[in-house]
Parts: sequence; C-alpha cells; structure tokens
Amino acid sequence: MSAHEITLTVNGEEVREAVDARTTLVDFLRDTLGLTGSHVGCEHGVCGTCSVRLDGVVVRGCLTLAVQCDGHKVETIEGASDSGALADLQETFRTRNALQCGYCTPAMLLTAAELLARGDVPSRAAIREYLSGNYCRCTGYHAIVDAVEAVARARAGATS
Amino acid sequence: MNDRDLPAGLTTLDRPNSYIGRSVPRPNLERLTQGRGQYVSDVSLPRMVHAVFVRSPHAHARIKQIEAGAAKRVPGVIAVVTGAELVKVCTPWVGVLTHLKGLKSAPQHAIAVERACWQGEAVVAVVARSRALAEDAAELTEVAYEELPAVTDAETALDKTTPVIHPDLGDNLTFERTLDAGDVDKALKESDAVVETTFVFGRHTGVTNEPRAVVADWNEGAQRLTVHHGTQAPHMMQNIFGKHLGLAEHQVRVITDDVGGSFGIKVHVYADEMATVALSKLLKRPVKYVADRIESFVTDIHARDHRIKARLGVTNDGRITAFEIDDLTGIGPYSVYPRTSGIEANQIVNLVGGPYACPNYRARARVVFQNKNVMCQYRAVGHPIATAVTEGLVDLAAAQIGMDPVALRRKNLIADDAYPFGSASGLKFEKLSHHASLDKLIAMMDYERLRREQETLRARRIHRGIGFAAFIEVTNPSAAFYGVGGARISSQDGATVRLDAQGAVICHTGVTEQGQGAEAVIAQVVATSFGVPIERVRVITGDTDNTPYGGGTWASRAAGIGGEAAWQAGKALRANVLAVAASILQAEPKALDIRNAAVVDADTGRERIGLDEVARIAYFRPDTLPPGFQAELMATRHYVPRAWPFAFTNGIQASHLEVDLDTGFVTLLDHWVVEDCGTVINPQLVDEQIRGGVVQGIGAALFEHCLYDAQGQLLNGNMADYLVPMAEMPDIQVGHVVTPTADSELGAKGAGEAGTAGAPGAVMNAVNDALRPLGARPITQMPITPGVVLASLGKV
Repeated sequence: MSAHEITLTVNGEEVREAVDARTTLVDFLRDTLGLTGSHVGCEHGVCGTCSVRLDGVVVRGCLTLAVQCDGHKVETIEGASDSGALADLQETFRTRNALQCGYCTPAMLLTAAELLARGDVPSRAAIREYLSGNYCRCTGYHAIVDAVEAVARARAGATS
Repeated sequence: MNDRDLPAGLTTLDRPNSYIGRSVPRPNLERLTQGRGQYVSDVSLPRMVHAVFVRSPHAHARIKQIEAGAAKRVPGVIAVVTGAELVKVCTPWVGVLTHLKGLKSAPQHAIAVERACWQGEAVVAVVARSRALAEDAAELTEVAYEELPAVTDAETALDKTTPVIHPDLGDNLTFERTLDAGDVDKALKESDAVVETTFVFGRHTGVTNEPRAVVADWNEGAQRLTVHHGTQAPHMMQNIFGKHLGLAEHQVRVITDDVGGSFGIKVHVYADEMATVALSKLLKRPVKYVADRIESFVTDIHARDHRIKARLGVTNDGRITAFEIDDLTGIGPYSVYPRTSGIEANQIVNLVGGPYACPNYRARARVVFQNKNVMCQYRAVGHPIATAVTEGLVDLAAAQIGMDPVALRRKNLIADDAYPFGSASGLKFEKLSHHASLDKLIAMMDYERLRREQETLRARRIHRGIGFAAFIEVTNPSAAFYGVGGARISSQDGATVRLDAQGAVICHTGVTEQGQGAEAVIAQVVATSFGVPIERVRVITGDTDNTPYGGGTWASRAAGIGGEAAWQAGKALRANVLAVAASILQAEPKALDIRNAAVVDADTGRERIGLDEVARIAYFRPDTLPPGFQAELMATRHYVPRAWPFAFTNGIQASHLEVDLDTGFVTLLDHWVVEDCGTVINPQLVDEQIRGGVVQGIGAALFEHCLYDAQGQLLNGNMADYLVPMAEMPDIQVGHVVTPTADSELGAKGAGEAGTAGAPGAVMNAVNDALRPLGARPITQMPITPGVVLASLGKV
C-alpha cells in the first residue's frame, strides 16, 4: 500500500498524516487520531453511525476516503460537543432519553443539527424522513423525534 | 409496596429522596451524547493485534487442506491459526441443559476442525498488526473444501433420506417437547367452530449497531486473562472463558463498558470470540476482534424461524374451548452454548394461549438441526411467536363466529380476580391485569371512534385495519430457567454499596448496562433506600473483578432482581451508617434516619450530623468512637426470587395501519401499548423500553428476514438488503396498569421485552382486519412484505 500525505483540519486543529489510499475517513479518525466518538456500524453506507461533517456537510465516514479530505475541514462529535453548538440538542436528548446504547447518537445528533440549521420547526414526519438514514435499534425513534422537535420549537421560540 | 422497614409515618414514595416512580435522566447520557463512550470497538491496548477469520463459503463442507504460506509471509502478519491448532488452547463445548430432557447437540469448536457446518463458520484465523493487513492476508489463505450435502429445510430434516449432520447423534432432532392438558379432542368436538391455519415466521436477527466485539489480553507474567467484552453476562463469560481455556475463574476478568446494542444477541458464546481469547493466550498479547457487518449477519445468532400448525375451538357465544399447536423449528448445526437452542420452542409451548382461561391445550414442538447459521435467544424469546399464533387464532375465530375481536378477548381473558392462576401449560401467575389493561387500551385508542372512521374510509377505498395482541411476558427468572439445567448462569444478583470518605454512595452491581437504563434504576433505588440525592450515588457495573457475582442483563431481570438487591443493600448500609451516627451522637439508631445526605432525627427531621462528617470520623478518627465499636461502611445484599419460579407481566397492544391495495405497502398509523410491569421505578425508561421493543417487533412483522437459498446460502446478509425499521415508524402511546409482585419489596417485574412480545401479532391482525372485507386470504406469515399482501389479495 502506498501512503499519501494529507493535510486537513479536524475539529479546528491542523493534522498532517500519511494514510493508505484505501483508508476510510472514519477509520482514519478512529484509528489514527483516536476520535472514537464516530462509530462504525455497517461499513457500506447504510446505517449512518459513522456520519461526520466534511466542510460543514454531514457525510458518511465509511464512504469517504481519508485522502479525499486533503485540504478540507472535518468536524466530529468531539469537536461539535466542545464548541457548544450541540448543547441544547444533547441536553434534550439526555432529558428525553432519546438514546439507549448511544452508539448511533453522535451521528444522529449531527444529522439532526443539520436539519435544525434550516431554522424552521419541521413536522414530525419531516424529522423522521430526515433521520431515516440513521439507524437506531434501541429507541424505536419516537423519543428522538420528540427531542428534535422540542429543540426546534425552543430555538424558534428563542428567536421569535 | 412493602414498607415494613421504613421509618414510621413515611412510605417509600414519601421519603425525601424517593426516586421510585420518577423519570430521572440516566447518569451516563452526557458522556454518550458527546461521543465519550467506551465501547469495546474503541479499546486499544499496547502490543494489541487484530484477528480476522476466513469463513466457510459453503453450508456444509469438509476442510481438505489449508494453505497459509503466502498469508504468513505478508509483513505485519503475526500468525495464521487453524482449528486443529487452536483446539490445544481451547476445548470444545456442547450446548445442552439437563432439564430440557432429550436435548442433544455436538461438540462445537472455536474454529472449525475438519468440517464446516454453516456458511460463515470460521475456518482459519489470521492475526496481524492491523485489521487491514489481516484482511489482506486472509485473502491469500487458500482453503480446499469438499462440499457435503446441506440440510437446509426443517420440514425434511427428520426424513430418513436426509443426511444426518452429526452422525454420532443418530438423527437431526435436537429436542422435542409435547404437552397435553385437559381434553383437547373433546373440547374441539364440542366447539361450534374450529379455526385452523399454519403460521410461518421468518428467521431474523438482532442487528446491533455495534457489531460483536472483544479484546482479549492474556498476561503471561500475571497469569491472568482480561477480556473487554461487549456482553450482557460478564460473570457467565468469566466462567466459560476459564472453563475452556483451562483457567480458574479468579484468573479471568471480564470488563464490559458501553455496549452498542444487545437485545439478547450478546448473551451467547460465539466461536470467533472464544477463538480470539484463545489466540491471546496462544500469542501472549492482546488480540482484538470486531465483527464486520457481513460477518454479523452470518454469525450473530438468528431467531424466530418457526412453522406452526395451529387450531383453536370456539363456541358460537364466544367461549374459547381449546388451543393446539405443532411447532417445527430449525436451529442450525449446533445448539448454542450455554443457553441452548431449545428454549425458544420450549417458550412457545409454555406461552401459547397464555392470556386466556382455557384449560384444554395440546402442543408439540420439534427442534431440528440444519446447515444454516445458529438460532438462539433473541429479545422476548418465543413470546412474539406464541403471541402472534394465539392472537392470530383469536382473530380468525372472531371473524368466523362474527364477533368483535375485543368482545371475544374480553370473554376469555383470565379474570383479574382469578389469581393466583395456573395456566394449561403449567405456568403459575401471581397476579395479572388483562381486563384492566384491555379497558385502558380501549379508552386510550378510542376504539369505537376508530371503528366508525374505518367504515367511513372504506367507502372511500381507504383500507385501514385495527389489530390487537394480548400477551404475557416472563421476567425475573429464578434458577428454574438455567441453573437447574446445569448451566453456570446466575439467577441471583448482588449489590454492594459503600459510603465514600465524603459521604457519597458507590454501588457495585452484578447487572449490566446495555442502554436500557440499569444504572439509572439502580441509582434511583439506592438513593431512595439509603437516603441521598441521586447525584451522590455512583453506580459501577460490568467488571467481574469489582462487582458482586450476578447474572447480568437478560429476561428483563435487571430492575426486578438487581434492583431489589440494590434496595436491600441500600437499607443495610443505612442501618450501618445510623449505627455509627448513633454512637457519635449518643443516640438510639432507631431514633435517627438518613435524609438528603444527612443524619436527622426520625421524628422531627432535624439535622444531627452530615454524612460527610460521619465518614470523616469513621475513616480518619475512629479513635474517637467508643471502644469495641467498629464502623462498617460497606454492605452487600443479594436477591433471587423464591416464591415464584418466574414473574409474569402482562399487557395488550393495538396497531392501526393502512394498506395500499395496489402496491401492497403497509403504512403504520398508530400503535398503543398498555402493560403491567409491576412497580414502575422510572416511567420514562419503562416507556422507552416498550417503544424500542415495539419497533423491533414491527421489524419482525414487516421487514426483517434472513433469506436463505436451498443450498444454505444467506442471500441478503448486508444492511442494504436486510431491512430494519427506519425512522418512519409511528408514534407509540404507552399506558400502564401497576400490579407489583409481592415477592420483593420493590415489586418491580421488568419491562424489557413486552414491546417485542406483542407488536408482531398486533400488526398481523391489523393487516388482516384491513383486508378481510375484501375476501383476502388471512396472512399468517412474517414478514408481511408487499408481495405477501398482494398474494393474499390474489393479485400476484
């Protein structure tokens, strides 16, 4: 395997590493950088547990190669947590028990945050549709939808 | 609730720090929402290497030759190990229990020796410095196979012309159970109608989001094995790792931190995990194995593959006279160790007809070997099948005699004042609440309005259905489940609580956290019984070096058994702390209580001394205590149900859905559940267990299916082709009736499986309710795919 040197920004820090061309972004984050908050579920782009932000857009970490991220900005749950940007979502997930095992949760939060960034209060059906690429095997989704809806309403109330 | 050891004038719920019945958030969620969990797949140790497995592409094949030379030459490869080599480190096992009479199985190895018996069985292990390198080397490993005839159809597994998978066993029959209660023939003869059909349930699996994962670390210098293991039962695994690797249990430590979904999948012994542990012993360094998704589908236990011929007799006035079932299930080539693969069929025999007061019941269940992946216990073991069969028959009978399905249930459900009650299959019910639950459900769903709406919409060619499923659920198992059959699976559980040096309480418990909220429930219970704000309780789980011996999490036992042990331990520590305080204060212990982290006068509530001060004196100035007085600031209690072999919960579910007659698609509109799990310790956590369970049951009803071809090849073993419920599920309304068990002071029974038990039957009945006026053939198979719906309508 030939190694490629890549330079990228991960959670605001510049990172320079040599990676194999075949190394996926999520494996790079987890194995090379120790950012284990991004999880691996199916490794073929279906379950969504590996979702991270690439230049602000949520992507599948298992379908993105690390070399593709050369020169780009990646944000993981660790960075999004430390920035405080997800604090209201995280707190509402906690109080509403919108997670059980927590394995899907980092990706679910990032996806929900992307939906909420639109600024409106989506319907429950719209929330369900937006989250349908993120599998949760524990909750049955009801509590997750409750939490996302509650945060949307709270944010709308705060700005109106 | 038994309040016998509480201070006068206060019930448990009145205590200042009572958290029983309150929706307290779980203490571990902030960590998980920030991505700061510690799953086994996250664990990395110094010198750690990675194992991958070359797996049999055939359902049944002789292993003729393994050529590993090229693999071994790959830089970074540490070892390539065959089954014959590993058997010197790890002995084989046989999954039988003596109380399931006649149950037989064959020795199973960590890695196949000479023969592979299902597609996916591990044949060679490759260990390398990275997983990617190990996978590269695995591709260079050449295995020559001689294909053998594969036994895949359970229907013909017992035919004389079918090859016997394990010739030493004589035939392919794993286990058979028959039961004949009352007089079924007479009852059927005297019935006005007998409904008869065959139910077929699709094989499916748990699809935990985190695949199975293990990091084994044999320390040659310490002669100790530490296993980081995503399991539900650390002590059970400690015993098994020790037993098969030739170690004493005290040489084995199993650590279970966060687990990314279990659902019964992670309570069994898996050959590849045993191999990983054996490889660590062989190589004297940490070895990690994480299943990939394809491996998960062909090796995680499957469940629910049953064909059941069933009959029910009923009189014209709606009295159910008899149930009869004949169950056939194929469980793969081995009975799974140590819980066996006979339990699911056994439970179906136990549970069919369970909610109803019908004394006539005949059953036969046959469990057969086949060359497919193994089947074993998955969430709600047997319940979804028994419930769907029972409730499917009840709806067929209601249609046959022209009676409303609710009215027929009301006429036959065991009366709420009939307890204690013994079922036809021999189950003993302490106290259930079928009628109260049904009444509550009918009110919640506004049944009459829904029926009117259904009629109105039908005229507009909108076809909606309403389906019910009453159920019972086994919880809080005593030793009757496994212990009496010889398995070292603890039914008792322990809790140790100690006062730390600043007056906080640390609780070590044998039950484990799988995301269901056991840590929260244990913290609530200890805070209440001891007398501190819940923030001052820290719960430690999942470490055999640091928790009392216990069973872990299965059969909805964590709250009912682990909770009661913690309750008793909290009370014991309170008594110990009050003895210290009394000696400091020169008071009678009985005159004192602990409230809000302080020792107070029991009568007035006036604060006498803080717990921090009690701890300071006991730990740092014991010289000031009276001569001969020894403070004991740690207490352990254990609990196992004794009065009843199992607790039973009950409940009823209803599904409301719409069927598109052109596409066969089913749209779920509403789902209601009323369940009775006894004392509700944390209402939010109970509701979320129910909701999550319901959606897993919906998966069984509509989506999930491990599709095999006639050669034993799994056709859809990936997440794109195997469908699971996505976020487009209905909202699920949950109500409760509360009938505590008198076997414990807390009275909690357990709620982990009720949702899964009832949902498939309710959905199936709702689909049939929608289609019945169209003359459709009743659907009695799952999953109910669009193709199944269109076939029932005669359109395909």
